Amino acid sequence: MFKRFFGGRSGLTNLALLAILLFAVLPLSLDIFRLNLVGKYLTYAFVALGLVVLWGKGGVLSLGQGVFFGLGGYCMAMFLKLEASDPISTKIQSTPGIPDFMDWNQLKALPAFWVPFKSLPFSLLAVVVVPSVVAFIVGLAMFKRRVGGVYFAIITQALALILSLGIDGNQGVTGGRNGITDLRTLWGWDIRAQSSQYILYFVTCFLLLATIVGLQWLLSGRMGKTLGAIRDREDRVRFSGYDVDLFKVSAFVLAAGIAGVGGALFVLQVGFISPSLVGIVPSIEMVIFAAVGGRHSLLGAVYGTLIVNTGKSLFSETFPQLWLFAMGGLFIAVVVLFPNGLAGIWDLARRQGWSKFVRAKAGTAAADAVGLASTLSANPAKEGKS
Amino acid sequence: MATALLAAGSAASLAAGPPTATVNTTGLAVTDDTVTVGQLHSATGTMAISETGSIQAEQLAIEQINEAGGILGRKIKIIVEDGASDWPTFAEKAKKLLVNDKVAAVFGCWTSASRKAVLPVFEKENGMLYYPTFYEGLEQSKNVIYTGQEATQQIIAGLDWMAKQKKAKTFYLIGSDYIWPRTSNKIARKHIENVLKGEVVGEEYYALGHTQFGSLINKIKLKKPDVIYAIVVGGSNVSFYKQLKAAGITGDKATLLTISVTEDEALGIGGENLVGFYSAMKYFQSLDNPNNKKFVEAFKKKYGDKAVIGDVTQAAYLGPWLWKLTVEKAGSFDIDKVAAASAGVEFKEAPEGYVRIHDSNHHLWSKLRIGQWSTDGQAKVLYESELIEPNPFPKGYQ
Amino acid sequence: MLAYSASELWSIFIMQGFAGLSLFSVLLLMALGLAIIFGQMGVVNLAHGEFMALGAYVVYLCSTLVQNHAPALQPYYFLVAIAIAFVAAALLGLLVEWSLIRYLYRRPLDTLLATWGLSLVLQQAFRSTFGAREVTPTLPDWLMGSFKPTESIDIPINGVFVMALTLVLTGAVWLFLYRSRAGLHMRATVQNRAMSGAIGINTGLVDRLAFSLGCGIAGVAGAAFTTIGSTGPDSGSRYIVDTFLVVVFGGTASLLGTIASAFGIAQGQSVCEFFLQGTMGKVAVLLGIVVILMIRPQGLFASKVRS
Repeated sequence: MFKRFFGGRSGLTNLALLAILLFAVLPLSLDIFRLNLVGKYLTYAFVALGLVVLWGKGGVLSLGQGVFFGLGGYCMAMFLKLEASDPISTKIQSTPGIPDFMDWNQLKALPAFWVPFKSLPFSLLAVVVVPSVVAFIVGLAMFKRRVGGVYFAIITQALALILSLGIDGNQGVTGGRNGITDLRTLWGWDIRAQSSQYILYFVTCFLLLATIVGLQWLLSGRMGKTLGAIRDREDRVRFSGYDVDLFKVSAFVLAAGIAGVGGALFVLQVGFISPSLVGIVPSIEMVIFAAVGGRHSLLGAVYGTLIVNTGKSLFSETFPQLWLFAMGGLFIAVVVLFPNGLAGIWDLARRQGWSKFVRAKAGTAAADAVGLASTLSANPAKEGKS
Repeated sequence: MATALLAAGSAASLAAGPPTATVNTTGLAVTDDTVTVGQLHSATGTMAISETGSIQAEQLAIEQINEAGGILGRKIKIIVEDGASDWPTFAEKAKKLLVNDKVAAVFGCWTSASRKAVLPVFEKENGMLYYPTFYEGLEQSKNVIYTGQEATQQIIAGLDWMAKQKKAKTFYLIGSDYIWPRTSNKIARKHIENVLKGEVVGEEYYALGHTQFGSLINKIKLKKPDVIYAIVVGGSNVSFYKQLKAAGITGDKATLLTISVTEDEALGIGGENLVGFYSAMKYFQSLDNPNNKKFVEAFKKKYGDKAVIGDVTQAAYLGPWLWKLTVEKAGSFDIDKVAAASAGVEFKEAPEGYVRIHDSNHHLWSKLRIGQWSTDGQAKVLYESELIEPNPFPKGYQ
Repeated sequence: MLAYSASELWSIFIMQGFAGLSLFSVLLLMALGLAIIFGQMGVVNLAHGEFMALGAYVVYLCSTLVQNHAPALQPYYFLVAIAIAFVAAALLGLLVEWSLIRYLYRRPLDTLLATWGLSLVLQQAFRSTFGAREVTPTLPDWLMGSFKPTESIDIPINGVFVMALTLVLTGAVWLFLYRSRAGLHMRATVQNRAMSGAIGINTGLVDRLAFSLGCGIAGVAGAAFTTIGSTGPDSGSRYIVDTFLVVVFGGTASLLGTIASAFGIAQGQSVCEFFLQGTMGKVAVLLGIVVILMIRPQGLFASKVRS
C-alpha cells in the first residue's frame, strides 16, 4: 500500500523534497507577491498533472485542457461574482444585484443558469463536475469512434477555440473578452487580503500534493498498467478483451476534473478569469509545462510548470524580446533531445551515475544526443516505468 | 527589471525640492532627488501594434518633464514592464509595480480588458493609474485618471454632426466583439433612435482578428444605410477597409464614420483604402495650433520623421504632465492627496488644445473633432465641438 | 423594413455566392500546402501559418524595394513577388525538414509540439525584423477595385485574383501528385514506406521535397492574402486552426476531400455569417465541423489505405 501511494522509498524522498520546497523553502524565502505568483503557477501544475495521466500514461494528447481549466475557473468565478454583486455595492447600476457586466449589457435579470451558482457547495461541486461531464461527452464520442492521436489533438484544439469564441460572443452572460473581474470575497472572507493569499497558497500546495499521491496510487494499479499498455499496443489490449475506450474516457475525465480544480484555485488567487485562459495558446502552454518536466513523471510536471513559468516571469521582466526565442527553443530542444523532459534527464543521470552522464553529455557532440534521443524515443515506455 | 533613467544630458544639480519626509508619507519610491514611476503596456503580443505609440509618448513626456527640472525637484525614473497582451500578466505586473517597486504612479494599459484586470489591484494596493485610451465608460475609480474620452464624448457629437451635415437617418453599426464596441454601439443606438429619430438597420460583431468580411459587406449593400458606423479594431481593420474598397464601398459613394481609426491605424490600413471616410476623435495629428506643432516636432525628433501620432498617443502624452501638475498642486506624492487634488487640474499646453480634469469623476473635459481621411494617411479636420463634459454613467443611455 | 426588388435580391444572391466562393478559395489555398504535409506525409506542422506569414512578408519586402528603387515596375512586381515567396518558403521548409522534422517522423505528437516551438521562434523573428506593427504592401492598382457586370453587382478583383491563383495551384498540385513521377513516388512512400524504399525510392529525399513543396505553397498562399488583409508577426496563428480543420474535415490523403471540405466550410460559414451575427456564425460552423468529425472521424473522403 505504502509503495502504491508514494512510489517506494525514492518516490517518498522525492515527494518529501517537493513538500519541503513548497511548504517551507518558498514561503520563507519569497515575499508575498512572488509567493502569490508561485501559487498561480501551481494551479497550472494541476493541468500538467492531468496531462501526465492522459498523455504520458495514456498516450492521448489533448490540446484543449485550457477548456477544462477555464470551465472550473468560470464556475468558481460565477459564485464569487454573485457574492460581489450584492444590491448594496451595485446600487449605481440600473438593475442592482446582478453582476456589473450584465448591467452594461442591459440584462434585467440573472440568467437561469447563473442562479444555482449562488450556492457555494453547488459551485464547488460544479468546479469538478462541469469539466468532467464535458470531457465525458467529448471523450465518449471521440474514443468510441476511435479518434485518436493527432486528430484528437486537433479537435480538442478546435474546442478550445470554440469555447473562447463562444465566451467572447456572449458577453452579456459571460463577461466577454474582459472576463469576470473584480472578485472579492468567499463567504465574506476577503480573498485579496495578504493573510488570505498565504492561506490560499497553502491550500493549493496541499491539494496539489494530495492529487499527486492520489494519482500515484491510481497509476501504479490496474488503471495505470492498462493505460500504459493501451499507449504502447492499443490493438492487443483491445483484443485481450479490455474496454479500451472506457479507460481512455476515464483518463480524459480525470484530467479534466483535476484541471477544473486548478482553474478554481487560479480564480481564488488571481481574482479573475477571462477567455484568454481558455483558448489555444494557454492550452498548448500547459502541454509545454508537462513536456519540459517530463510527460511520464507527476513530480516532473510540477517542476516543469514552476521552472517554465518562473523563467517566463523573470525573462519578461528583463528581456521580453528573448523570451519567445527561449521558450520556442527550449520546447524544440526538449521534444527532440529529451522527450522525457527533466524527469528523464534526472532518471538517466541517476542510473548512469552523474559523473559519467556529465562526461557523456559534454564530451560528445550534439549528434550523440540525437542518437540518444532516438534510442529513447524508440521505446518511451521503458523510461516511463523506471 | 528594465530601469531607465531618462534624465537630461547634463548632470546639472536640481533645484532642491521639499524634503522627502513631507512629500512622501506612505513609503512610495521617492528619494531626495528621484521619484519612480511605472509604465505598463504590451511590448509584445497582439496589442503591441497599438500600444507602441503610447509607450513612446509617455516616455517623451517624462523626458521633457525631467529636462524642465522634474517634479518637486525630483527627476522621474521609469520602471518599464511588459503586459504581453495577456490580462493575467497585466495584473501580475501591476501588482509588482505597486507592491515591490512602490511606484508613485503608473502610466499604462490600453485595452479595456487589461484595465479591468488591473483595476482591483490598483484599488486594493492604492496606486495611481493614468489610462490613455478612449473607452466604453461605465467606470470611475479614485485610483484611475482617464485621459482618453469616455464613450459619450466620442459618439454623440459625431452622430449629431452626421445627422445635420449628411441628413443621415439610417445607420449600420459594426464592431469587433468585445465590450468597448458593444457598449459604444449601445449608446449610439439609443442616441440614433431616441434623439435623432433615425433607424439602426443592422448591428454586428466579429471576433477580434476576423479577416473575411464578404458576407457583412453584402448585408451592408442590401440595407443601404446612410451611414456605416464602424468600430472594428486590430488586425481586422486592414481586412475590413481593403475589402470595403474592393467591393466598391468607397468614400465618394458611401458615408462611413468610425471611432476606432487614428493615424496609427491609418498607417496600417493605407490611406488609399480610407480616403473620404470620417473619424470622430478628440485629436488629429494635423491639428493646427502652437501646442500641437511643438508636440509633433518633438515626437518626430525623438522617434523619426515617419512616426505618426494618433488620438491615444496624444492622450498618453497627457498622463505624465497631468500627474506632474497634480503632484505640484497637492505638494505631495501621496496617492490619496494626488487623487484628491486631481479635480479641476488644467493643462493648457495640451497638444489637443486645453484639457481639464473633471471636478468629480477623474475624466477629462475635451473637444470632439471630425476628420476626413486623405491618401497620405492624415485627416483633415472638418468640425470641432465645444468642450464636452465627461459623463461615464450617462443617464438614458444605459 | 425596406422592400427589395427581385433584381436587387438577385444581385445580393450573386455577390453572396461570390463571397462564399472567395472564402472557399482562401481556405483551399491555406489548406493545399498542409494537404501535402499533413494529409500525405502525416506531419503535423503547427508552424504552417508562419510559412504563410513569411510569404506575405516577402511580398511586403518586394513592394518596398520596388517602390524605393524602381517605381516603374510597380504594376508588375506582384507576380514576381509571389514566385519569390514560393522559393523563400520552400527553402526555409527544406532547412526545417533537414534540421528538425526528419528526426520526428515516427512521433507525430512530438512533431506537433516541436513545430509549435518553431512557430514561436519564427513569430519572434518576424517581430524583431519587421516590428510588431502590421504591414501592408502597396499593391498594383489593377488588383484593387471591383468589376461591375451590372449596376448593382460588384465583384472584387482581388477576390477573383485569389480564386484564379487557387485554381492554378490546385491544378498544379493535382498534376504533380497524380501525373508526375515524383508524385507517384510520394504517394507510394505514403502508402508503404518500407516497400517503397525496397524498390529503390529514396524515401528520405521524397520526404524532404514534399515538405519543402508544401511550405512553398504556404508561402504563395500568404503572398496572395496580402491582397485581402494585413500581415503581422502573429498572422500565421490566426489561420492555423482553420487550416487544420479543412484538411482533417476533408479526410487526409485525399486532395478531392480537401477541396470538398474547403467548399463546404466556406459556404457554411458564409451563409451562417449572413443570417447569424459574426462571432456566433463562426462558432456555429466550428461546432458543426467538430460534431461531424465526431460522427465521421475519417473525414468526408477517406482514402482506403491500411495504416
